[in-house]
Amino acid sequence: MTLVHSGRVVEASARVYRRTWRGSVISTFLNPILYLLAMGIGLGKLVDDGSGAANLGGLEYLTFLAPGLLAATAMMTGAGDASWPVMAGIKWRKTYDAILATPVGVFDLVVGHLSWVGVRLLFVTVVYSGVMTAFGATTIVQGALAVPPAVLTGLGFAAVITAYTARLQDEQGLSAMFRFGIMPLFLFSGTFFPISQLPGWIQPIAIATPLFHGVSLCRGLALGVEFEVNPVISVAYLVGLLVIGTLLATRLMRHRLIK
Amino acid sequence: MTSPLVHARGLCKEFGDLVAVDGVDFEVRAGEAFGFLGPNGAGKSSTMKMIGAVSPRTGGDLQVLGRDPDERGQEIRARLGVVPQEDNLDQELTVYENLLIYGRYFGMTRKVINERIDDLLSFAQLDERRDSKVEPLSGGMKRRLTIARGLINTPELLLLDEPTTGLDPQARHLLWDRLYRLKRDGVTLIITTHYMDEAEQLCDRLVIMDNGKIVAEGSPRDLIEQHTRREVLEVRFPVGTQEEHAAQLEGLAPRIEVLPDRVLLYTDDADQTSVDVHAKVEPESTVSRRATLEDVFLRLTGRTLVD
Repeated sequence: MTLVHSGRVVEASARVYRRTWRGSVISTFLNPILYLLAMGIGLGKLVDDGSGAANLGGLEYLTFLAPGLLAATAMMTGAGDASWPVMAGIKWRKTYDAILATPVGVFDLVVGHLSWVGVRLLFVTVVYSGVMTAFGATTIVQGALAVPPAVLTGLGFAAVITAYTARLQDEQGLSAMFRFGIMPLFLFSGTFFPISQLPGWIQPIAIATPLFHGVSLCRGLALGVEFEVNPVISVAYLVGLLVIGTLLATRLMRHRLIK
Repeated sequence: MTSPLVHARGLCKEFGDLVAVDGVDFEVRAGEAFGFLGPNGAGKSSTMKMIGAVSPRTGGDLQVLGRDPDERGQEIRARLGVVPQEDNLDQELTVYENLLIYGRYFGMTRKVINERIDDLLSFAQLDERRDSKVEPLSGGMKRRLTIARGLINTPELLLLDEPTTGLDPQARHLLWDRLYRLKRDGVTLIITTHYMDEAEQLCDRLVIMDNGKIVAEGSPRDLIEQHTRREVLEVRFPVGTQEEHAAQLEGLAPRIEVLPDRVLLYTDDADQTSVDVHAKVEPESTVSRRATLEDVFLRLTGRTLVD
């Protein structure tokens, strides 16, 4: 029954998205192009002319950067969809109360919400992968291989951040999370440069972050290079994040909405 | 006699130290309009949430449609309609889409939902708004849409939490008319309200709640007959002098109630009492009227409902 109920939450989300997609679709296409142009080609020129190639294992900077950005974009999308829309459902619009007055339960709601985020992630990462291929950073097949780990990365973040949002009283906590959580991860998890460039004591911290594992998987698959960590560990880490995040989100959402 | 749709014995709801519902007993029978009347914070909404199987009770017994909501909440919710106090419609969607997605949550097929939507839109007088977005609709229209949404699954029991709070008088009367029609069609209604006139108009039977407890129960007419006199004379004196003037009216009516802005005399003949009052004092104004539920409430709790 749960799957059926969650499916209906996905269906309703898709219907809302049909009315609101214009706001997000431009950024979905434009962001990867802008990033790859500015960072990959602009900054990349400097890196490739300098000592870059040696530290990047012989890769061009654009090629090195693109799969990392794929994982980071998935993280951003997952985090975004698990914050303001969830806050609206809980507090601003109270649409979650309306849903929970029907046979749909809290777990169904959480799973349905995350499934919808998964659909969105699939769309965003496929587009990104296409842009990467157009920039010559990967091939169609390898680019497609990097999509599932990118979606998994986004879902892991979405689950944990849904749980976080379920406890928040107002949106200040969301801005703080992006500023002090998501942005540092975006910058220091091996997306823009190998973590071997970080001071030695920070490296273990970078390795412990979920985004680093997402980046490692995407880069390894998209470029056919060696994974930075054992991919089994990375997949287990991200799946664990998704499962624990989902259970935690259900628990906290129930505490918040079923009083 | 058929078994009641809702049956509560010693029902309690506590939030930490706060006792929101303090051991209430009531029954709701099929086909009636049952009301919970009381001021804000009396425990009405908490009781409604427990009936709606979205809030577990902390004590006592509760059966809704013959089931325990703690154990079979999903089955109960499938057969209920809920109209919450705050409209929680999907603002980005159209009127039609709001009804459609809600029907889907109940597992109805599109075909069945679409047939139902035609009926519901004409019931809610929203036919012409079918493809409008929800956001620009008036408060009355949104509330009617919320009621239509609550009816999508053809519920056996419709829960309405303060259905007309915040609506203008015209919108209220239109809504009452729609609720009458539902009642006529045999839908069982449970209504919470802090409006006396609403309770008198709509409810066959009601309980008055105060501080989490039920203080009286019966039909509006029974309650008025049991707890107060038939008529009321309202006497107004200059600001700040109600108390001192009231003392002079002692003995003119079986019961006298002093409010901050006026004095109420409960009597069986307001016109005669008015003559008696004018013989003793010179009030700024007098109004005679029939006794209402508000008077019952004042009698039972010692304060007015306006808060």
